[in-house]
Amino acid sequence: KNLKCVGFEGTGQYYSNLKSRYGNNIDTCNIAQLLAPSIIDLSKTFYCHLGVNVPDHAMTFRSLCNLLQDSVTPFVVSVHAKECAGVCKQNEMLISYLKSFFTLVCQATLTIRIIDLLQKCTQVSPKRKENLAKNDLPVVVIFKDFEAFNSQVLQDFILICSRYTQELPFVFIFGIATSPSAIQHRLPHSVSSLLCIEVFHSLSCTQHLASVFDKLILNSQFPFKLSSRVIQVLVGIFLYHDFSVQNFVKGLQFSMLEHFNSQPLSVLCCQKHEALLSAKILSKQNVERIRHLPSFMRYVETQEPQEQVRLLTNDEHVKEVCQKLLKNLHTYHKNYYPILQCLHSLTSSLPKFPLGKHIRELHVSCIEKNLWETEEYDSALQLLRILAKDELVAALRSCAEILKSANTKRMQNVLQQLEDFLGRLEALQGKSDSVSKMEYQRTDLFQLQKTLLEKESRRTKRMNPFEVLRSQVIDFIDSLVREYLTPAEFQPLNEVCYYSSSGVLRQRLNVTPRTSIQAALTHPFYYLKNESLKTNTGTISSAAPDLCIVYKLHLECGRLINLYDWLEAYVTVMSAAEDQDTNSEECGKFDSLKHARFIQAVSEMEFLGFVKSTKQKTDHVARLTWGGC
Amino acid sequence: MSHQKSFQYADLLSVLERVVDIMSAPDQYSYPSVFIYGHRATGKSHVVLSIMKDLELPHASVDCVECVSSGLLFHQVLSAFFGPDAAALLPRCPSLSDFVRLYKQMSSNSPATQTRYIILDRAERMRDMDFSLLPALLRLQELVNDNVTVILLSEIVWEKFRPNTGCFEPLLFHFPDYSKGKSLVQILSWDHHPSYTPELYASYINILLGVFFSVCRDLRELRHLAVLNFSKFCEPLEKGEAKESDIHKLWKNIEPHLQRAMQTVYLREVSSVQWEQQQMDEKEATTLRVLSAHAHIELPYYSKFLLIAAYLASFNPARTDRRFFLKSHGKIRKTNFLKKHEKTSNHLLGPKPFPLDRLMAIFYSVVDSRVAPTASIFSQISSLVTLQLLSQVGHDDQLDSPKYKCSVSLDFILAISRCVCVCVRLLDLLALSLVIQSQVVRQERSLFTAVSNLHLL
Repeated sequence: KNLKCVGFEGTGQYYSNLKSRYGNNIDTCNIAQLLAPSIIDLSKTFYCHLGVNVPDHAMTFRSLCNLLQDSVTPFVVSVHAKECAGVCKQNEMLISYLKSFFTLVCQATLTIRIIDLLQKCTQVSPKRKENLAKNDLPVVVIFKDFEAFNSQVLQDFILICSRYTQELPFVFIFGIATSPSAIQHRLPHSVSSLLCIEVFHSLSCTQHLASVFDKLILNSQFPFKLSSRVIQVLVGIFLYHDFSVQNFVKGLQFSMLEHFNSQPLSVLCCQKHEALLSAKILSKQNVERIRHLPSFMRYVETQEPQEQVRLLTNDEHVKEVCQKLLKNLHTYHKNYYPILQCLHSLTSSLPKFPLGKHIRELHVSCIEKNLWETEEYDSALQLLRILAKDELVAALRSCAEILKSANTKRMQNVLQQLEDFLGRLEALQGKSDSVSKMEYQRTDLFQLQKTLLEKESRRTKRMNPFEVLRSQVIDFIDSLVREYLTPAEFQPLNEVCYYSSSGVLRQRLNVTPRTSIQAALTHPFYYLKNESLKTNTGTISSAAPDLCIVYKLHLECGRLINLYDWLEAYVTVMSAAEDQDTNSEECGKFDSLKHARFIQAVSEMEFLGFVKSTKQKTDHVARLTWGGC
Repeated sequence: MSHQKSFQYADLLSVLERVVDIMSAPDQYSYPSVFIYGHRATGKSHVVLSIMKDLELPHASVDCVECVSSGLLFHQVLSAFFGPDAAALLPRCPSLSDFVRLYKQMSSNSPATQTRYIILDRAERMRDMDFSLLPALLRLQELVNDNVTVILLSEIVWEKFRPNTGCFEPLLFHFPDYSKGKSLVQILSWDHHPSYTPELYASYINILLGVFFSVCRDLRELRHLAVLNFSKFCEPLEKGEAKESDIHKLWKNIEPHLQRAMQTVYLREVSSVQWEQQQMDEKEATTLRVLSAHAHIELPYYSKFLLIAAYLASFNPARTDRRFFLKSHGKIRKTNFLKKHEKTSNHLLGPKPFPLDRLMAIFYSVVDSRVAPTASIFSQISSLVTLQLLSQVGHDDQLDSPKYKCSVSLDFILAISRCVCVCVRLLDLLALSLVIQSQVVRQERSLFTAVSNLHLL
């Protein structure tokens, strides 16, 4: 429970960041420009250019709306395209929203037509109208999904509002998912010239994803972890399908639920001291489960034979070892993330990004396999070995910054060594400067050639002090990677913290309704679990539900299906079950019961969207799906 | 607004005289209906409304955009003439006869001492309303037997209004466009900056018109541009590099800026603040960073492929699908590969509708990896529709076999396929289909450039 709270807190923080960013924008514009009448009858308009991740927009706009209400004006209306089918509807929406404001805050006496209508409903008190006139607060209308609005409605709405901007300042906020040129596509010049436009870009969704990653996944505070496959599934859904951070967070929450639900040993997945406490009081059943964990079995195999016996027989001993291993796991995580960040900051500036552009890619490859055995790692190290001095120093400085925030003893040790390297590099700088100053003198071409040749021959023999130091630094980094960035799978008891069933996750989050319908129709046993439904592939069992039989028969047909032929085939299948004697006269004849069942099955097929009636031939239906089973 | 008043009397004096001529003495009956037309921002409604206000004539001004139903129009007219109480007497869905009855009743109580005017702005919207409304309003004077005149304001000529059944012909009246030399300079000079002399501003306006008059005669747009660029114009004056009389120098300074502003004329994509910021930044970037340059759209990976597939489905004939998307397609004879009617380029004919399953079939052959037909793939199609990158056509069978059209341009698709061009095969496909199309119409240059772009890749 504790853990879940933490997770939600993280997302909350993420959105508050988002909020503050918007807040800055809106505030500056407001004070500077909103009320400055640069050109008459212009409605102020902001375009928020957002990505296509529709579910995220609701969140963004809600926070924007709240922020505006708190800091700028109480009159904030946010409208959705679905609600505004016509100008009339939209005005109604606006009025109903405004009505609630005006009854709360003050009553309007503005000549504006829409508010005029409103006047009829609410009595005007003269004091308050003066109040309003003085305040001169703008009415903010947020169009959440600009593209989906009927452009005629929008045009009319803007025209109407522009008539009243003198009495009541309007501010429109359009949420645009594609590109700002959508404005020109949707609004003619006569309308867009009434607007005074300013454009804001939200961060790209991949940047949002990176911040969520930093706060929720690449963080040793949360004991719950994802395995590489699960991360790949979640990121795959994000990048390939929806670009929605909110869905990503939901996926994360789902995997958390799934982990705590399916893995009994997840009682140990909590903060360190709690985990140690609950390790002491493990039930017999759970101890047995620990013994069956693959990672624990691997651990046992590495022990002495005597120890192995104790681990397999003595429960108390297992509990003790378990505590020790949990401690190790926690220290592993504490050391892992700083080193991962260091490695990322070192390699992210390399050309062609051999270890990936984003830290998440590096993370995935680290927890998946031994990083130092990959080709990419080798090429990255080779590139690091030819870094110029200032680049190397800058990269090492940023590493030192990262390590400062890590507070384990080992990391402090590493930091010490790193700073030592930095000091030596800087000392070198002083020396080389004094040397290089001496060398400046005029050279002719011949001399230059000679010196270059000399240098070339010298290089093969010995490296200069900087190169020596550089290779030492790189070796040091390599040793760090080998020590700390070991794959999580090799850590004993990793199953406690790591959720790894990516298949379940994919099935749940990336659903394929059509395949499951087809599976249900072709293999009814899969869902109904009735022994009589077990059939060989290709044959049609008459015990199956009518719908399945009809479905299987229709797969054999072309684009148009003759209903009578279909019925006959159906009856043949049905009667084959009743009596084996296919030669008798009864066979092929059908009673009204079978007829009715067939009709019902066909209409169910139509309901599921496999066939539809066609006007081409009256006694035929058209197939709507392609491809076999 | 004082300057506006003076401008109207000074500049449009002749126009005004004629408008006032139409209106006879206040106590006499006036002509029943007047139709005033002229281009946008030629001052139609401004002149009419100012006359009404200055002469304190009883009038009802209604914008037809607001009147989604004729009831709203009646309501506004009645409440302007007889007060809101009279308007409240209208039934819930008032018909024209209700209006006439109520008007008669009210005007018998308070007969008109002077002509009442009903001003209908953007009268072209009236054509979409009830067909009997316009003829009735044109002879409202007869119907209500009161001294009332209807003035229609529109940007469209009267010929486009005349109903089939014929109607009372209103008095036509045209507001001419502004001439460059006289009116525009004068009008624009009215917004001169208080801290500079009117002469300087007038010369600024002359420079501005010299650049923009050839492309833009809209007064509103010109005013916007004038305000936008004036601070830049004054920069040398503030720095003390030039004097007000130094027109040539000032012209040298402002001219490149105005040329650059030409690119964004009419687009209105930047506010004045952003414009100024851009002017600041321009020293670093030589090209103007207009917003239409940000045409790049972030789309999920499969959405991009769906869009590409939709484009291919929309612009390639369905018969050629086999050839393009099947690895072992049969040989097709070149001579009669394309039928005669297909020999005009598809890009000239526009996108054609295609069914969903054809889209999916092309999508699967275009995407290099195996993709499960998940729900999110299908929801991406509908989100492409809401983003107006695809459009759904046909209304009869939306559920079972929806049809779509691709509504994006070739350049857009090329930009997208460049983003995802991990697979060379896809580019080949695009190129192939384009080559075949461009073989047909060799004149179409854009295609060739597109193809050569692809080869560069």
